Formats: sequence, C-alpha cells, structure tokens
Amino acid sequence: MSPRRLLPWAVPFGLLAVWQVTASIGVLPALVLPAPSAVLAAAVRLTVSGELPANLVVSTLRALAGLVIGGGLGFALGLANGTSRWSEAVSDSSLQMLRNIPHLALIPLVILWFGVGETAKIFLVALGVFFPIYLNTMHGVRSVDPKLLEMGRVYGMSRPELFRRIVLPGALPSILVGLRFALGLMWLTLIVAETIAATSGIGHMAMQAREFLQVDVVVLSILIYAALGKVADLLVRALERWLLPQIQSGEAI
Amino acid sequence: MTGAQLHIRNLLKTYGARSVLAGIDLDVAAGEFVAVVGRSGTGKSTLLRLIVGLEQPSAGNIEGPISNQIRLMFQEPRLLPWARVGANVEVGLGNGHDRARAHEALQAVGLADRADAWPDILSGGQRQRVALARALVSNPTVLAFDEPLGALDALTRIEMQRLIERIWREQGFTALLVTHDVSEAIALADRVLVIEGGHIALDLAIDLARPRARGSAAFAALEGRLLAALLAPAVD
Repeated sequence: MSPRRLLPWAVPFGLLAVWQVTASIGVLPALVLPAPSAVLAAAVRLTVSGELPANLVVSTLRALAGLVIGGGLGFALGLANGTSRWSEAVSDSSLQMLRNIPHLALIPLVILWFGVGETAKIFLVALGVFFPIYLNTMHGVRSVDPKLLEMGRVYGMSRPELFRRIVLPGALPSILVGLRFALGLMWLTLIVAETIAATSGIGHMAMQAREFLQVDVVVLSILIYAALGKVADLLVRALERWLLPQIQSGEAI
Repeated sequence: MTGAQLHIRNLLKTYGARSVLAGIDLDVAAGEFVAVVGRSGTGKSTLLRLIVGLEQPSAGNIEGPISNQIRLMFQEPRLLPWARVGANVEVGLGNGHDRARAHEALQAVGLADRADAWPDILSGGQRQRVALARALVSNPTVLAFDEPLGALDALTRIEMQRLIERIWREQGFTALLVTHDVSEAIALADRVLVIEGGHIALDLAIDLARPRARGSAAFAALEGRLLAALLAPAVD
C-alpha cells in the first residue's frame, strides 16, 4: 500500500497505541476504560462461550426484519406517491405528520403494546427505516428528468416500460442514499431498543455487563455496533457499484 | 425503405387565448427535406411536436404515417445515462432488443466502436450522433429534427450537417428540420419555410446542387432572401 492509502489509518492506530500503553501502565483505570487487549480477550472469551455469536445473530435478524418491513413499505409508498398525485394527496401529509414524532419516543408505548418481545424491536426498527427510504424514493421519482420521460413517450414506451426503463433507474441513486440513511437509523434504533427492553442481543449483553461491572464487555459491545455500522455501509457501497455502473465511469474521467 | 408523405390542412394550435399556429397548410413529398425557420416563439417547434404527436392540434388535421414510423431528434441528446450507448440506440426499436441493428445504426453515424461506452464519457457531438442513431434504428419514414445542432460548436455543427445529409440521401426518409440557422437550412433542405405569426410566410425551393458550397453566390443570394423575410416584420 502506498503511504497515501495508509495515512487515514495513522490516527486511529495511534490512538489505539496510546490507549493500550496508558491502560497497561495503570494511568487509565480498567474500570474507566479497559485496555484494547482486555477487550480483545473478552471478545475471544464470549465467542468461545457462544454468547457473542448468539447475540450477534439475534441482533442482526432483528435489524434485517425491521429493514425489510419498514424499507419495503417506505419504498412502495415512495414509488406510489412519487408517481401518483392521487396517492400523494391521500397519504403524504399524514406521513409527514408522523415523521415529526421521534420514533424512539414511542418506546414506552411500544413496550405497553408488544411487551419486550421481538415484535417491539422489529416495529421500532421498521418505523425508523421507513421515513428515509420513503422520502428519498419519492424525491428520486419526482426528480427524474421530464425530458427523458418525454423522449420515452415519443419512442413509444408504454407506462410500465417508462417506469422500468426511465423512472426506476432515474430514481435509484436517491433511493440508495435513502438506504444508507436507513441503515444508520436501523442500528441506532436497535441499540436503544435492546438497551432498554430486551432479553437478548448485543444491547442486552452490554446492559448485563454493566450490572456486573464488566467494562470490557461494554466496550466490546460498542465496538461491535461500530463494526456492524461499517459493514452495512460497505454493503450499500457495493450495491451502488453494482447498480450504478455509469457513475463510476463518470468519476474515472 | 422510402419516405412518407405528409399532408397538413388548416392546422390550428392555441394555448388559452394565444394562437401559436393559425392555419398551416403544407404538403411534403415522400423523401423531401424541408427546413422550417422562424424567430423564437413563432411556433416552429410546436408544428414539429404536432406532427410527431407530442401535442394535439386545436383544429385541422395532419395526414401522415403512424406514430412509430415518425422519429424525433431533440435539441438535447436525451440519452439514458444509466444505459450504454448500444442500449440507448436500442431504445429506438421500441420493445425489441436487436444488437445487430443497433450496431448498424451506430456504424451509420461513425460510432460503431463506442457501443459499450457510457454516454457520460462522450463529447457533445458524439452524444448527438448517438441520438441520431437511436432515431434511425427503427428505419423511420419521417425524421423530425428540433434544432438538434443548436448546442454544438461551429465545426461539429457542420460535420453533423454533412452526416445528416449523407444519411438522408442513403436512406431516403422524409426530413423535417426546425432551425434558426438560415445557412443550415439552405445547406440541407429542398425547401425552406419561414413561419411568421402562425402562418407560412415564405415557401422557398432551394435548387442548388448537392453537396452545397456555402461560399457560392447563389447560396449567399438565398441566404439574403431568407434573412430579409425573417427580419422584415421586425422593422414595422
């Protein structure tokens, strides 16, 4: 790797080194922040015991279920309201009102409705990812170049064809922006929900560790959330490269 | 393949109280190249949009081939940015996919080797040539041009004019060119129409031999006549 490629890693690795050294010589008490090596040890210990993989699977499944439900609804309504004035008139202003309620404020109500089971968490995640996908899909559909649509009509495209060949690909960059926002909100929502009301999952693991003063596990949980967020982001980037090949060609010149 | 005839009778188009075309009568022979000039807002683009069926006339009628035999080239290339050049040309085929025909059309405009390129990396002139290939690929009997060269630089423009003339002579479609460039109209057309106040104010046959030399005296005389016709109403 060239020095330029390595440069972004200098600060995080430097901080990690400082953290390890100060923790090892006792300047940084283990109850405030355990050494990176201790966090790593906790990761190994929990992986061997099976606790970490189990919680990781539970959290990931919740996140995906919420994303599919909320994202699917947001996508469908975004397409409908972007293409049909009638559909927009019926639903958009109501949705915009709901959007102004912070979805995490609903946690007490959601616990009363669904208890602390899976439904509550999936509901909150779905609600969290719905709006960014809905808004960006609708915006994407709206901002498709009307001149391209006119071209499509002159060249004899039917309505379904216009949709498939012009509207959807034209809206795709905006839809993917929505997906990126949605993934951020997906993990955020899940962390809060699992921390407050759960009997399994990474958030629950962190809260349990707090009760037993296992600071290493708490820090590990936080790092896992960071890693999950990063993985989600990388997946969307890969999706963008796959679905929007023309954009990379534009950057190359 | 040959061109189709067009017969337009008493064509009217009004937007609210404003009348854009106030009774146009026009007969275009099969394979004829007709240019329409006029100042901005005189309804020359509207005439084209009525002929290709993008708008409906307020009165009168247009007799011509069915809509999928008429193709329109816009002022901008209007290529799909998410489709490669070859796929953009295939848009002109309607539903079908036919790489061989797309390749043929690209060959006609000199871009056969760019079928796999993205429109983004082409120059303005190349993009307009792809748009021309897209218009040609379905072998239309009428090809309408709505100031397709207006945004190009002077040299690319002349190249494109030669290309359009060559393809028109090879393929024999009926061509309708809307332009505000008088010398472009004279270089390409068999007949030049001047539209003024919603009417055809002048219908001028251009019988210069092709290819036409822009510097010739006959060319300049025609140019002078057309410019005089275009500028006359501005004087009163």
